[in-house]
Amino acid sequence: MVRLTDEEKAMRDGAHGPAVAKAMDLLIRYAEALGAEDFVYTNNVAGVPGSSPQWVKDYYKEDGGDYRAVFSRFDLDSDEVVDVPRMNASSCHLQGGMDPEMWREQGMSEDAFANFSSDEAEVASHGIQVLKTCTPYLAGNVPVMGEHCAWMESSAVVFCNSVVGGRTNCEGRESTSAAMLAKRIPNWGFHTDAFRKGQHSIDVQVPVDSIFEWGMLGYFTGGAVEDAIPVIDGALADPSLIKHKHFGAAAASSGGVEMYHMVGITPEARDRQTAFGGNDRGERFVYGPQERAAIYERLNSIGESTDVDYVMLGCPHYSVEQIAEAARLLEGRKVHENTELWIFTSRAVKATAMASGYDRILREAGAKLMTDTCSAISQAVPEGTRVAGFDSAKQTHYLPAMMGIEGWYGTTAECIDAACTGRWQGRLN
Amino acid sequence: MATTQLDKPDLVIRGRKVVGGVTEGEALVTRQTISGWGGVNPMKGEVIESHHELRGVSFADKVLVFPGAKGSSGWSGVFHMTRLTGTAPRAMLFTITTTKAALGAVVLRVPSMTDFEQDPCEVIETGDWVRVDADKGEIQVWKRGQAK
Repeated sequence: MVRLTDEEKAMRDGAHGPAVAKAMDLLIRYAEALGAEDFVYTNNVAGVPGSSPQWVKDYYKEDGGDYRAVFSRFDLDSDEVVDVPRMNASSCHLQGGMDPEMWREQGMSEDAFANFSSDEAEVASHGIQVLKTCTPYLAGNVPVMGEHCAWMESSAVVFCNSVVGGRTNCEGRESTSAAMLAKRIPNWGFHTDAFRKGQHSIDVQVPVDSIFEWGMLGYFTGGAVEDAIPVIDGALADPSLIKHKHFGAAAASSGGVEMYHMVGITPEARDRQTAFGGNDRGERFVYGPQERAAIYERLNSIGESTDVDYVMLGCPHYSVEQIAEAARLLEGRKVHENTELWIFTSRAVKATAMASGYDRILREAGAKLMTDTCSAISQAVPEGTRVAGFDSAKQTHYLPAMMGIEGWYGTTAECIDAACTGRWQGRLN
Repeated sequence: MATTQLDKPDLVIRGRKVVGGVTEGEALVTRQTISGWGGVNPMKGEVIESHHELRGVSFADKVLVFPGAKGSSGWSGVFHMTRLTGTAPRAMLFTITTTKAALGAVVLRVPSMTDFEQDPCEVIETGDWVRVDADKGEIQVWKRGQAK
């Protein structure tokens, strides 16, 4: 049985209102399902609270079919509908279903947009920050070392645990919505010291320096260790935020990695011994020239035609320096008439890109800088797309399978070239 | 199917309750982990992941026996939707505890268990009749084709 503090008992028993009581009840059931002994306090919660497609609202028609009904019944898994107050924890909304302005270009209906706008107004009025991104850490929510968080979004979870030393499990829709009200999450998994130690090693024997190389190493790592914690050591160079972002997203999608250590680079891996919490354990995987070539082949096994009609950048959402780089590569050129170039980011980063003149360069070249979503989340690609190019291993993993299209993985420069020529000419040097 | 009380089960496996309750039904077994978002169609309760051995198979009303959850953090949300569409599994038995599988079981509100003394993915086969008593921490298995 999970141990409750007096305050947690009071919350469960309704001292802070019915919504908090329902939230606490769900969190207790969840903690018992995990076998957790108690809760940790959290004041940093990232989820998708209350947002739902129309059919879910229609399902709760007898309860009013509104945000309140969905939040009570679905998010809090409550048997009755309760009034939903402003959230108590510092809370943000992750990625959503469409661009708030270019939704028509994404093929969304008027009705779908009306539902999107209505949900967003509810989110804001419940005190939830509308970050609308898979990269909250680029849009104003940066955890610190040791901070207990309750986050959804696998690429954000792995970033939080590995790169900044924040602590979160891969939470779900219902647990994050409940945590926004109760400011609690089960003390299990990545919240505990012992759970965070390395389980297998990756020995990097080929130089990994660019974002393209970091992405491939991430894809290899997830395939090797599945959902375990890898300790990566060797010829890894030039770490930066965007490289970690691509590495983690790739490892989380090919395997389910929720935390990794890089010796001498990430904060809980000062040395090998610290990363493992003692001597090496588990299996040792080598990433050498052969493995690198095999990963490149695997990522590009779903491409046959080199006639690219869609290039998608921004998975995870682009940072401002990545947008600057895309603008630099595109300046003075035009996107090919048979090709579309969509770049995805958060609203916060887009505002900076606009102030800095990058958005204008992209628009003049015929590219579109979109926010909130991506092609996989919204299942929106330009009409008639058959072959797409990506600089993200994660998007290459998901989108072609979801949409039944071909896909290529390459560098950002190769993607921009493909967008401007309509031809994929990527290769492994 | 109250008749099962009369017959001796072929197997009894003890484990830990994830979500309480008692139910029985036909087993659907996979040795592969299951993705929720992008891996399951919640309208049909069907696995859609490319290359999955259950691709195209519905788990609706089955006792789903699987190693655990993988993939997106949308796992619980997608399984939760199968409860709305009436395509949820009748019970869940899994061996690897993750936040995804635990939360998914909680919001599905079906009897669920884990931490077994014997791996159910190894000894239960699709089509076996399984009685799940999560409150007692015990599953009983009648092998397919044997008298019930």
